[in-house]
Amino acid sequence: MLKEAPPGIWEAARPHGWVLEPDALRLLEAAGVPVARHAFAAGLEEALAAAARIGYPVVAKVVSPAILHKSDVGGVETSIPDPAGLAAAWARLARLEGFRGALVAERLSGLELIVGAKIDEQFGPVILLGLGGTAVEIYRDVVTRLAPLRERDVASMVCCLRGARLLTGYRGCAAVSLPKLTAALLAFSELVTAIAERIESIDLNPVFCTPERCAVADARIVLAPAP
Amino acid sequence: MEPFDFRPLVKPRRIAVAGVSLTNDRHPANVIYNKIRLRYPVPVHAVNPRGGRFLRDPLYASIAEIPETPDLVVIAVRAEAVAAVLAQCIERGVGAAVIVSGGFAESGRPDLQERIAAMAREAHFPFIGPNCLGVYAPGRFDTFFLPGERLVRPDPGGVGFVSQSGGVLVDQMVKFSAQGLGLSLAVSIGNKAVVREIDLLRHFAADPATRVIAFYVEGFGRNEGRAFLEAAQAAGKPVVVLKAGKTDAGRRAVGSHTASLAGDYRVFSDALAQFGIVEAHDEFELTCFCESLSHYPRAIEGRVGVVTVSGGHGALATDILSGLGLEVPALSAALQAEIREGLSANVRPIAALGNPVDLTGSSTDEDFLAAVAALGASPEVDCILLLLLPYSPGISADLGARLSEVHRRSGKPLVAYVPHVEKYRILIEGFELNDVPVAPSVDGAAFMVEAMRRCRPC
Repeated sequence: MLKEAPPGIWEAARPHGWVLEPDALRLLEAAGVPVARHAFAAGLEEALAAAARIGYPVVAKVVSPAILHKSDVGGVETSIPDPAGLAAAWARLARLEGFRGALVAERLSGLELIVGAKIDEQFGPVILLGLGGTAVEIYRDVVTRLAPLRERDVASMVCCLRGARLLTGYRGCAAVSLPKLTAALLAFSELVTAIAERIESIDLNPVFCTPERCAVADARIVLAPAP
Repeated sequence: MEPFDFRPLVKPRRIAVAGVSLTNDRHPANVIYNKIRLRYPVPVHAVNPRGGRFLRDPLYASIAEIPETPDLVVIAVRAEAVAAVLAQCIERGVGAAVIVSGGFAESGRPDLQERIAAMAREAHFPFIGPNCLGVYAPGRFDTFFLPGERLVRPDPGGVGFVSQSGGVLVDQMVKFSAQGLGLSLAVSIGNKAVVREIDLLRHFAADPATRVIAFYVEGFGRNEGRAFLEAAQAAGKPVVVLKAGKTDAGRRAVGSHTASLAGDYRVFSDALAQFGIVEAHDEFELTCFCESLSHYPRAIEGRVGVVTVSGGHGALATDILSGLGLEVPALSAALQAEIREGLSANVRPIAALGNPVDLTGSSTDEDFLAAVAALGASPEVDCILLLLLPYSPGISADLGARLSEVHRRSGKPLVAYVPHVEKYRILIEGFELNDVPVAPSVDGAAFMVEAMRRCRPC
């Protein structure tokens, strides 16, 4: 259970109104929400070292306070096979506005889910689960529950999705680990409850789930407007 | 905050109406005063600062002048004059008020509304409104400024209904009445400046006459929704909510998938399910759900045994039930044999018993009793849906009353469809007066079953 956010996160986020991704991942990890193996690199040497530790292929994402929607500006390189590829990707990312460095992370696979939170005007903190990825706004297959979640809320969220069978197993597709997904959602719900005053919304999209694990691949935390 | 004492509001022993006009017969205050004076068993007094006589009754110049303190004052004066009357009520020790007058927050004068709300909160004085129709208490009184002859007036019964819209309330009274569904109390809460949904929810939860609590809600205030859900879950009786405003403006869609996907209505609807509150999607569902849950206030899983005289109706009902996600399970060979054993000699060879149980047009009362008794005693289904088309000559007018005894023996919910036309009235009442709900259509009957399934946390 998260008692306190790692130091400095809110102060660093305040000027631009949202939490930079390395900090967002730190916050999630501290709360017990599983995230992709990753490292922040301020320079190419650091990035190469991180990628060697993590293992190729890797993903590299721009870290810039000016860029909230990274993929809209070409700020996400999703399939980097080797050090040469990483150097080339680095050169492209470094040209983006406000570039501070890049997040180097393992390349995950599995079923793409979206996990989110928002502070609802009428009901307070709300947790969302849905089928994620880029088509999330098209199918809109999502379900929400008020935080804090109990274990049975997670079970009912999964079974309320139209695509529930993608999670519970369908033909060739193996079921994702519901215990891991449940643990991740419960930890996330506790985090959201603890920081509800500070935030407006959180998108964890995608969260990759397999029969073995669930891990957050991308995190965006938008702060509540200053009072 | 200590809960309001609503006794003066719901069972007033004396009422005053402020704003009665000497010149305008159609003034809301006059309509309200006249209907209470002429048609309800509660003393009522007219108030107008000019004093004198109204018709042949005294017209009091202020609340203070009324010889005995009223429990309830209906305030129907101009918005600017409401605060003064409210002050008189509080000063006099009146128990509650209904402020019918408009001209507050809904028309750009939140200041006027905040002023009267602050006065009431300070004195812990409950008032309904402003900008509302107020209270309909069947057989006791009502504060609607609509002439009695223009209203459809449900009988006393088990539904407590709270509506943010007066128009929806009046129209819903028509629908409840057509369904033979009675009200314990109906309240149009208008701008809900002081008394809000949650206050009345708590009142209805404690009121022994109320078996189902129903709401028409447009929206809650900031963070008010969660407290409402928790109170509804703690009410210990079914709560049904019809929410209007399902389309989101999508105003916060920029910047966050979650904010765009989890719109106001999505969150509202999912939260109701999470807390075991039954959401009705329209007025027809609201009526069906209230009818069903006022008879059967407990949840079922939704394994339905369908009994019919017509194969077509059985198929239609099965389609509707399946579409709602309810199950119409195939009955075991043993149960089918047991049912067949009880059927009359000419029906036995032609009836189809797989579920739907089609007793055919040759069936008689005894065949229905046998089939329903067997289903009632079997764990294979947890609810029975009867499609009763009284054209068949073997069906008597007594069947409703006789079948309801089967339900009372087994405790298993029984819902019937009988066409709602006057000539079948005696059959319908045979069910309804014996605690079995009757729907006016096949889909209505399916909704009555669905209500029981939704009545538990998801």
